[in-house]
Amino acid sequence: MNSEGVLVETRNLTKRYGSRILAVDRVSLTVRRGEVYGFLGPNGAGKTTCMRMLLGLIRPTSGKATVLGRSPGHPESLVRVGALVESPAFYPYLSGMDNLRVVARYASVPKRRIEEVLRLVGLTHRARDKFATYSLGMKQRLGVAAALLKDPELLILDEPTNGLDPAGMADMRDLIRRLGSGERTVLLSSHLLGEIEQICDRVGIISGGRLIAESTVEKLRGKGALLVGAKPLDHARQSAEQLLGAERVEVLNGTLRLNVDPVTAGRINRELVDAGVEVTELRPVEGTLEEVFLEMTDQKGESHVG
Amino acid sequence: MLASFSAGMLKLYKRPAAWGLLLVALVLSQIFNYLVPYAGYLSADNERAAEQILASTMPEYLISNSIGGFPLFAGALALTLGVLSVGSEYSFGTLKTMLIQRPRRLTFFAGELLVLAVAVLAIVLSIFALGALTSYTIATSLSNSIAWPSLSELARGVASGWLILMTWCLLGAMLAFLFKGMAMPIGLGVVWILGIENLIVNVAAALLDFADTLQVGLPGVNAGSLVSALGGRSDAPGVNTAVDGTQATIVLVAYAVVFVLIASVALQRRDVT
Ligand SMILES: Nc1ncnc2c1ncn2[C@@H]1O[C@H](COP(=O)(O)OP(=O)(O)OP(=O)(O)O)[C@@H](O)[C@H]1O
Ligand SMILES: [Mg+2]
Repeated sequence: MNSEGVLVETRNLTKRYGSRILAVDRVSLTVRRGEVYGFLGPNGAGKTTCMRMLLGLIRPTSGKATVLGRSPGHPESLVRVGALVESPAFYPYLSGMDNLRVVARYASVPKRRIEEVLRLVGLTHRARDKFATYSLGMKQRLGVAAALLKDPELLILDEPTNGLDPAGMADMRDLIRRLGSGERTVLLSSHLLGEIEQICDRVGIISGGRLIAESTVEKLRGKGALLVGAKPLDHARQSAEQLLGAERVEVLNGTLRLNVDPVTAGRINRELVDAGVEVTELRPVEGTLEEVFLEMTDQKGESHVG
Repeated sequence: MLASFSAGMLKLYKRPAAWGLLLVALVLSQIFNYLVPYAGYLSADNERAAEQILASTMPEYLISNSIGGFPLFAGALALTLGVLSVGSEYSFGTLKTMLIQRPRRLTFFAGELLVLAVAVLAIVLSIFALGALTSYTIATSLSNSIAWPSLSELARGVASGWLILMTWCLLGAMLAFLFKGMAMPIGLGVVWILGIENLIVNVAAALLDFADTLQVGLPGVNAGSLVSALGGRSDAPGVNTAVDGTQATIVLVAYAVVFVLIASVALQRRDVT
């Protein structure tokens, strides 16, 4: 990959707050031109902190980041980057429109873009109302509108569907997919796995400040698993563990879950039957990012994600 | 920097609180420079005393009347303006939104400074203009002869008034950068202007030698000296003759520069979260 193809690159990027909090821990990631990169992690994982460093808002404790060939926060790279970091922040006493006018002036963007981005996020009819009177979802839309003002090559969006209703979420994902479909590169953070699965080409999974995996959605999702209904369960489990190794066998709601490629179903069935197990059901399941995610981030059972 | 300046002008111009501050400054200056003396004139029991009271409202005293309140109350308002424009960037969280647009931090700051300089000039000019109108009205209603200060005197008065208010305004801006917010800077700044300097000058200086030496270096004291150098009555609150006009000007400029430098370092060095 030549350097033109790499828009964002970090090397051992680290941010420490005080002596106790290691918000981002030696993160090395690469975002390539044209892709939609999903930054996935639970609350407090360090997603926002990473994005802040990429925009030059906070200084890394150590490590290095390059954004569009420049150091983060350099005006030459900022003009080609549009971003929404954490909650959208605007002047409450100004209307949405006036807020965008202020942003456009700072960004040196012509005024006519304002109408366009308002239309893109569906905020035209409320553009003249004060920001303070906006609902959470409308504030979020204004934040995305501001990020689009520069018609940026690289769009950095931190949980852009935060606070949107289901229809708004679907619209926003649609918009992001459309925005990311051409030459434009999108770096998107989320703790919603479904969102990342729907929108992104590649994913970086971050947890406890560390990037624990970086790959395509398909690769991370893996090959799936086999659900096996069997009697007696204990005996079935022992046989399966002998066959596949204990780490690939789980018991879930009275069925066995075997983390193996579903094409091996026939062989496994035969072996179990040979071992004296009565197989009542054999079902392949497609792997989901959620399982991978929960496994990797050590959050099994706590299902506040997804 | 022009981009940052024009963006800054837009957000200040559309800000109700900024107009509120201007209004308060105008109303206070009218009340204490003209309304109170005029009421005193109306209720004085002998004619000579009445004439004396009213003489202070005549156009020839436009400069000292206009800037008489700058060391204290107008100064506190200017400080509030500085805190408001910088501190709200932190309390609204808008600093991060604007800094990721394009400008370097110091460019952003330079734009803000220019906006504040223009705003303070607008406050000073409005106070002068309204004062001129009022004193002209009083003078003509009494059929007094009208003598305006010379243009060069007026220019010096406006410039000095601007310097005084700008110094306080920059103190506010610097405190807002240091505290990343509004409440503490306004509290500290106003207590300093209206309270602490007074205590140092009126209480501590008489008791302690070092406080006596220290007081001639205080920003408020120098502002007060600058006002009296331009003809302000030195018995007015906050006005004094501790140092001469030139020295006062130099000290105020030095304070303004130091405030800007400290604010720049604070903004440049620290994380924006
Ligand atoms: N200014 C700060 N001072 C101290 N600690 C901080 C600061 N900002 C973030 N942190 C800590 O750094 C860690 C990562 O925070 P960050 O906001 O990057 O998480 P996140 O992945 O964006 O989470 P979320 O999904 O909740 O937005 C957290 O433990 C947080 O408490
Ligand atoms: Mg976050």
